[in-house]
Amino acid sequence: MAEVRQGCELFESGHRACGGCGPALAARLLLKATGENVIIVASTGCMEVFSTPYPETAWKVPWIHSLFENAAAVASGIDAALKKQGRDEKVVCVCGDGATFDIGVLCISGAFERGHDITYICYDNEAYMNTGIQRSGATPYDASTTTSPAGRCSLGNVHQKKDMPGILAAHGAPYVATASVAFPNDFMQKVERAVNTPGPTYVQVHAPCCTGWGFESGETLAIGKLAIETGLWVNYEMVDGEVVKAKKVRRKPVEEYLSRQRRFRHLFKPVRRDDEIAKIQAIADRNAEKFGIDIRRKE
Amino acid sequence: MMEIMEGSHAVAEIVKYCRPQVIAAYPITPQTHIVEALAQMVANCEIDAEYITVESEFSALSACLGASAAGSRVYSATTSQGLALMFEVCFNVAGMRQPVVMSIANRSLGAPLSIWNDQQDSISLRDSGWIQLYAEDNQEAADLHLIAYRVCEDHSVLLPAFVCFDGFILSHTYEPVDMPTQEEVDGYLPPFVPYQRLDAKDPLSMGMYATPEYYMEFRYEIDRAMQRAKQVLVRAGTEFSEQFGRDYTGLVEGYRLDGADTALVAMGSICGTVKDAVDEMRDAGKKVGLLKIRTFRPFPAPEIADALRDVGTVAVLDKNISLGNSGAVGTEVKAALYGSGIRVLDYIIGLGGRDVRKEDIAKIVDLAEKGEGDMFYGLRTEVL
Repeated sequence: MAEVRQGCELFESGHRACGGCGPALAARLLLKATGENVIIVASTGCMEVFSTPYPETAWKVPWIHSLFENAAAVASGIDAALKKQGRDEKVVCVCGDGATFDIGVLCISGAFERGHDITYICYDNEAYMNTGIQRSGATPYDASTTTSPAGRCSLGNVHQKKDMPGILAAHGAPYVATASVAFPNDFMQKVERAVNTPGPTYVQVHAPCCTGWGFESGETLAIGKLAIETGLWVNYEMVDGEVVKAKKVRRKPVEEYLSRQRRFRHLFKPVRRDDEIAKIQAIADRNAEKFGIDIRRKE
Repeated sequence: MMEIMEGSHAVAEIVKYCRPQVIAAYPITPQTHIVEALAQMVANCEIDAEYITVESEFSALSACLGASAAGSRVYSATTSQGLALMFEVCFNVAGMRQPVVMSIANRSLGAPLSIWNDQQDSISLRDSGWIQLYAEDNQEAADLHLIAYRVCEDHSVLLPAFVCFDGFILSHTYEPVDMPTQEEVDGYLPPFVPYQRLDAKDPLSMGMYATPEYYMEFRYEIDRAMQRAKQVLVRAGTEFSEQFGRDYTGLVEGYRLDGADTALVAMGSICGTVKDAVDEMRDAGKKVGLLKIRTFRPFPAPEIADALRDVGTVAVLDKNISLGNSGAVGTEVKAALYGSGIRVLDYIIGLGGRDVRKEDIAKIVDLAEKGEGDMFYGLRTEVL
């Protein structure tokens, strides 16, 4: 299926994303999955800015951006209008984690409760990257950002990542999934399933940001894979509120993921913080337990 | 057909005849009976619209923006705090040139919390790019919705509009209203033809960001559209007058201004009280008249200057206050009359539902003729 889509590029090259941008890859992949019969609703954020500086646009499908926090409400109106006009385009929000986890929650909650036929895709790069790497509700524990900086009395972000998939599943969303740009076919299949499931559906795609996280631009996919392989990101699907599938892995220690990113550098230098690394390992262990992702070696 | 109707129900009825495809409204902070009446009409299949029960006014207007961008005629209503919550979206709807029509049942803004009437809510959005029309009575409140849709959807305009009518004084008051039929409305208001819309068959990007190389030109274009709206308002008002027999040809409306030494200038329901006061003062030999401003945005400065050219003193009644300066209408009327030599005095009245009576109007005229003005009128000094 992926090969068939190779010739169908609906996200044009020439946009202004950084080299190695995870969200840009997410945009390209998700449009391959939705196809042309779609209306994209964007929030303010990295992707909006790098893809649509007037008069240029990278979007070869209908695209609208209104504000930072109202994509789900704008999509609600589009859904209503299409229904009234008897049209069948899919309505897909594509928003960053700040717009999704923080400022847009009210609009998302309303849209999901009302049951609009929309798919909401959150490209999760785990902080406000467009404006200078400030923490969001999606920023992981201990990550250093410009508003949760590591320092003499700080080890970075003190909060744990908000469980948005769980929150939206609790709204009664018939389909909720997490994915990663490091596993493109899996991501595209989930988007395809989401847009073809009636009602409000949610896909949260892990989209590593080389600029904000601090890794070389050629390592985006490797970092994304390590997030999965350490259990710090779990790819799973929920149908009608139940987890039906989660990607199993032979887990690696979280240190392999953390040590390759500048945002976690303070856990290793100037002194190694085994206590903190152990806390993050515990997060991965809880994920593994919750989703049953461990492939057990035979004794 | 003439009916005795509450202002809110008159507005709901005329909105039904305007055939909006999508209605989004939030019930509180605060609301009127308009959206309840429309919900009942949808429930009774009297109107073929999607009714989105949004979780806030912010989402109400955001949903209207989306539906309008997708090519549907849309409607919402709000007031006071609800409009304040829409602030960000208001600028966006105008900037994205979506012809959204929204009723504003004017009410005051907190703090202190007050549910009663003044015009601070819509006046505070005067720079947002929305056409602002103010109704004197329930008939005008209903009629202006037809005119608003005609003007907003005109491809030479493509701007949103507030149809403002005073909260409680009109929204909750029963008056006779000559309600047109569906056929009559259809004859005046054609179906919505979007200039552009979100459509997979013809992709376009809407709401892109503009660098300093482009931003000013976008704002200029909106301002030009606002200026063009004047002519379109006059044309739509003239055609309305021809079809329905009620006169909306002017952006402003003079009442007994002929030979007037002193003119009152006002917007909204207070104009009815002023007309009665003017009649009594005229009967007593005072040369007084009224200039009613129906269209506050676009601001009809030349029309105001022309209408007031022969008066010596102007007393502006402002149901709003730009704190630290004066009333918004007074400020703008002074600018419109700059260099004319006409004395313009501003009076802040009726804030938060404070009643304004005929005798108050007469007292304000006396103050203006003595040169005393630019003040709050009717303060209870004993509680200060």
